Amino acid sequence: MKRNDGTWQVNPSSIKENLIKRYSAKVGKKRAKQIVINNPKSSPGQEIGANVRTVPGIITQRGCTYAGCKGVVLGPTRDILNLTHGPIGCGFYSWLTRRNQTRPEKDTDPNFMPYCLSTDMQDENIIFGGEKKLRQAVEEAYAIFKPRAIGIFATCPVGLIGDDIHSVARDMSEKLGINVFGFSCEGYKGVSQSAGHHIANNQLFKHVIGKNPAVPDGKYKVALLGEYNIGGDAFVLEDMFRRCGIGIVATFSGNSTYDGFAGAHHADLNLAMCHRSINYVADMIEKKYGVPWIKVNFTGADATAKSLRKVAGYFESAELMSRVEKVIEEEMEKIRPVQEDVKLRTAGKTAMLFVGGSRAHHYQELFREMGMKIVAAGYEFAHRDDYEGRGVLPAIKVDADSRNIEELDVKPHPEQYRPRKTPEDMERLARAGISFKSYEGMMPEMDEGTLVIDDINHFETEILIEKYKPDIFCAGIKEKYVIQKMGIPMKQLHSYDYGGPYAGFAGAINFYRDVDRMIGSKVWKLVVPPWEKDEPIAAMFINPV
Amino acid sequence: MLLRHTPKEIKERSALTVNPAKTCQPVGAMYAALGIHRCLPHSHGSQGCCAYHRSALTRHYKEPVMATTSSFTEGSSVFGGQSNLVEAIGNIFTLYNPDVIAVHTTCLSETIGDDIGQIISKAREEGKIPAGKYVIHANTPSYIGSHVTGFANMVKGMVRYFPEKKAASGGAINIIAGWCEPADARELKRILFDMGIEGIVFPDTSDVLDTPLTGRYAMFPKGGVTVDRLKMTGSSAGTLALGAFASLPAAEELDARFKVRHEALDMPYGIKATDRFLDALMRISGKMVPVSLADERGRLVDMISDMEQYLYKRRVALFGDPDQLIPVTEFLVDIGMRPVYVVTGTPGNYFEERMAGILGDIPEAKFKHGDMFLLHQWIKNEKVDLLMGNTYGKYISRDDDIPFLRFGFPILDRTGHSYFHSVGYTGAMRFLERILNSLMDRQDRDAPEESFELVM
Repeated sequence: MKRNDGTWQVNPSSIKENLIKRYSAKVGKKRAKQIVINNPKSSPGQEIGANVRTVPGIITQRGCTYAGCKGVVLGPTRDILNLTHGPIGCGFYSWLTRRNQTRPEKDTDPNFMPYCLSTDMQDENIIFGGEKKLRQAVEEAYAIFKPRAIGIFATCPVGLIGDDIHSVARDMSEKLGINVFGFSCEGYKGVSQSAGHHIANNQLFKHVIGKNPAVPDGKYKVALLGEYNIGGDAFVLEDMFRRCGIGIVATFSGNSTYDGFAGAHHADLNLAMCHRSINYVADMIEKKYGVPWIKVNFTGADATAKSLRKVAGYFESAELMSRVEKVIEEEMEKIRPVQEDVKLRTAGKTAMLFVGGSRAHHYQELFREMGMKIVAAGYEFAHRDDYEGRGVLPAIKVDADSRNIEELDVKPHPEQYRPRKTPEDMERLARAGISFKSYEGMMPEMDEGTLVIDDINHFETEILIEKYKPDIFCAGIKEKYVIQKMGIPMKQLHSYDYGGPYAGFAGAINFYRDVDRMIGSKVWKLVVPPWEKDEPIAAMFINPV
Repeated sequence: MLLRHTPKEIKERSALTVNPAKTCQPVGAMYAALGIHRCLPHSHGSQGCCAYHRSALTRHYKEPVMATTSSFTEGSSVFGGQSNLVEAIGNIFTLYNPDVIAVHTTCLSETIGDDIGQIISKAREEGKIPAGKYVIHANTPSYIGSHVTGFANMVKGMVRYFPEKKAASGGAINIIAGWCEPADARELKRILFDMGIEGIVFPDTSDVLDTPLTGRYAMFPKGGVTVDRLKMTGSSAGTLALGAFASLPAAEELDARFKVRHEALDMPYGIKATDRFLDALMRISGKMVPVSLADERGRLVDMISDMEQYLYKRRVALFGDPDQLIPVTEFLVDIGMRPVYVVTGTPGNYFEERMAGILGDIPEAKFKHGDMFLLHQWIKNEKVDLLMGNTYGKYISRDDDIPFLRFGFPILDRTGHSYFHSVGYTGAMRFLERILNSLMDRQDRDAPEESFELVM
């Protein structure tokens, strides 16, 4: 039933019931835990099933561990030479498809991102082992590209046949005199991309972070964690931070370099954007080097302003705060008229977001700034803490799939551990609203009666669209054209539909305009042909007999 | 320069592939399976394979590409994927109700050694496969061959599962369409219709991967070859396998099992390959080429003669799949161009044998089973006037300022390839138009002001 405000009156409980009853009892029981009617006010502390196995055959959005490791975390770094050890496909599909932009300072600086390197394993390598070929490939790659670091990425068969990529990496490091390290990111590990993020975090921490002793200049030094420079997001943030007078020591990993990673421990504050993919690095750097981390969000103008103020607040500098306030004011002046204009057309419209491990949360900010309503959302590969907040961490049971992913035992570095703040400082800052190591998650911020669905599948998506008829749906490329065939605009939040940037203030304006364009597009009015709308006047030109 | 690290000097590589001119088997199997009516492809392996293949196909077609996965975990990799596949089959029929599930394997399930035929039998015993529904399979290990091999294996899977021998010959002609676009399958059917031939074209992705936007989503659109038609292929008068790499293995299988005579042909790209296709159709059916098709040929020849000066001796570099490269290279030679560098990532001696024949009169021509890195190095050593291949070619084109014509799979950054056919005489006309536009736009761009031509 359509409400007066144009949205559809739906009963989430009956929708959930309808979804579950189509499944077999076993599948229904499992999915019931991953579908929550969110009531953060009336019943806080609701639990959702997340980071659990996908039901075989269900048409999931999810990908694999290799994709999370090589594709997501290591993909955006331009001067680490990435070599996939496996049959050709994995390297091929992760070749330039994620839109990680990069901008070397000089034309002569290394940029390996347009290259796809693979050992292209053949059947004889599967039968007799592929280590020899891997060694040879590393040598050949070095001879051509002369990189300072090479990352080796394992694909499914590598783990099964027992190739030891780490021993090859060690040997090659010694032989070539460069940093060679391996990632055991076989696709079958874990339950989604998420395991790959963790493996990538671990190996970067073990083999790269801390290796660059050069202390960068600057008064206020931060590292950006979980920013992948899709569509140029990092460029927007780099510019914004420069204007604020805050130095970015390293970014994990948009527009990043090996030296940046290796010197990340010189930051005085770590800013975690995509909590899911990078919180491990944030935690480990804090333990080993004493750099605290805070959760930030640079998606949405208000969220960006809020996050910038948190950063300035941390450094407890009036000068920095006034610079930050000036930047915010300048930017907000540009933002407001655009917001007012688009709201004329977008206010009251509805959106659904089913994507990623943080974007489904962060992008809600942008929609709210346009006066839109989020009716349902969920992540593709997040964990319970991304939904319910980090407070739930001690309660999460480690299952067999997670237990297989290494947890590093990190201790303070004997020389380089340097707490940036005293415990008293930290407490004072926390009282002032700068909460460390804290993330509230998606669910508390969503309205009463909204639907939260983890690892949504095609069947559930179709039903949701049929019942809610949202004005826009956000997910990834695999979902894009399904939704649009139904006559509903679909915004990709992995690739931004080849647009963007959407981060920071400048990005918010781009997003408002793109969503405004999509929702108002004339194409949707062309879908029904005229002869289906009106009674046709038939046979006018045929002479009566 | 985006490919700033590619040196002119070519060093022999024995272990390292850089910028491949191929991808792996399963994506081909998935694409082929989409050419069956009401079929849901199923990837037996890790989730990532299915996600990658669906993404690649979706980006190429800008259409829904539905497929399922066995979602292997570490446990299934140790104990085998049987329970995952059996469970998947049950869930798929419960939720999505296709007529056919087409299972292909991955490097993971192949390395483990899962026996798919046996698992399907088990699913049947457990009552997971409803009456009148089908589960077929193909083995598609990613570490052998390429995406083309996977396509060929799935098409072979179709003729291993479906055909039935009836007493009386059906008299139709099987056309195994090869890895072509939906518009190409549609054009093949149009040619058969114009010749008055009853043909069974498969796989057929027209009306599957080029569906209209109506506001109503159909998970299984109206297109694709039906199971009933696939059943009839065993009693057809003959089979034409278009493309030795993608189609011949299925034709041989049908011949071996049902004595359906077969002939291997090039895919009908360009004038001579289309001539041979029509000739074969005439020989098998006894039907004549109608005036409409003869006129199309005439218009193509006319167009070539009109524009021949712009094509003569222009150097072309190509990369892609052998079934496409063989007839396209032949066509380029026929229109006076010089295809000097040809690279495919798909292994097979047949490619090199044919190239040696087609390029016999072009002594400087090089062709090889290799990668795009090598192709780029050849180009750096001696420039070409035109580059043809999939979207990844745009990096070479930009760096070395070479006109670029997109052809093959995947095309991720332009539209049209799925809607406008390249097969047959009219397909060749469009191909020629695109070649000329690329070359002539460049001539216009680079011409000195005094010799900027109005009429060309």
